[in-house]
Amino acid sequence: MSVKQLKLIIISLVICFLSYNGNSVHNAEAASTTEEEKINRAKPKEINPFNRLHKKTKIKSKKIEGDGIHDFSGSGAKLLQNPDEAFLDMPKAKSGNSVDWVKAQDTGKIKPRNDLYDPDAEALVMELNIVREVKGSMPDVVFPHKQHTQVLDCTNCHPAIFIPQKGANQMSMAMNLIGQKCGVCHGKVAFPLSRCTSCHSKKKPQKELEKTKWKWP
Amino acid sequence: MRIKLFIYLYLVVTILLVSIESRAEYGDVVINNYSEASGMNPVIFPHWFHRIRFTCKVCHADLGFEFKAGANKIKMIDIMEGQFCGECHNGELAWGTENCDLCHSGNKKMGTHIERSSLQKLLDLKIDERKRQAE
Repeated sequence: MSVKQLKLIIISLVICFLSYNGNSVHNAEAASTTEEEKINRAKPKEINPFNRLHKKTKIKSKKIEGDGIHDFSGSGAKLLQNPDEAFLDMPKAKSGNSVDWVKAQDTGKIKPRNDLYDPDAEALVMELNIVREVKGSMPDVVFPHKQHTQVLDCTNCHPAIFIPQKGANQMSMAMNLIGQKCGVCHGKVAFPLSRCTSCHSKKKPQKELEKTKWKWP
Repeated sequence: MRIKLFIYLYLVVTILLVSIESRAEYGDVVINNYSEASGMNPVIFPHWFHRIRFTCKVCHADLGFEFKAGANKIKMIDIMEGQFCGECHNGELAWGTENCDLCHSGNKKMGTHIERSSLQKLLDLKIDERKRQAE
């Protein structure tokens, strides 16, 4: 037996001993806790960020070839630009095109024209936040006019999709899912509905939250 | 030796998997109102490419495109007359209508829809369910 092997065995033994000791200490602690503390420990403090059902798909190459919708037998699709080439310097996002489009425009990575014939035309930006109170325990929705008017015209949403009056627009997440109200853009082209906290961003006051909380029996 | 071989194999396989896997870009619109019936491949409109160059307002307010896939009922004659896509795709600002297969580049047998939209995901679930029930 060489010195190296001996050393390894000794180190592993020490680690085993330490971990065993640590476990016993932990067990003793657990036994001394009262019933109330146990319940408190089991209560979820924040919304659980982890869910093993939400699989993250990591796709690094974004190419036209083999994307499932382009016909590569003709010559046309081969001439098109690949998304990964266009997205090279863009600020990253976790879903959708994996590009943060608002940030890209704010930082000047993209400079989309606001008029077909006038390259210097600037958008009429309105800075007004609308807060929508939401049923249930989700945070309230804050709608920022600023980011929307940077790329859209008033007539795109008002009055066909949203009546410009407080309380006049009844809507639900189900309507968004089938492509109505916010779902006209979000979930199709604008950032997807899976980014809950991008819209549901204003925390409710504690009193309101207390009502919706599930009480421990 | 054997462990090293396995590690190399594992690395090669993962690299291959990552590099091969590719899917349609979010917001790609497949338009097949009249294309396939007229013997052409469906049109694929990439939103990502156009939003780098223009704001939403240019097409959806000024050019009058509806916010719904297939709702515009675009025909080639409209484009040649300078409506819809024809406002830019006239050979001056963007490629002209003689480059058929640059726009008509989609696989056949696809209906009009938006790729990876929440509605499309719901419909796919429904189709899968029906298939399972049929089996």
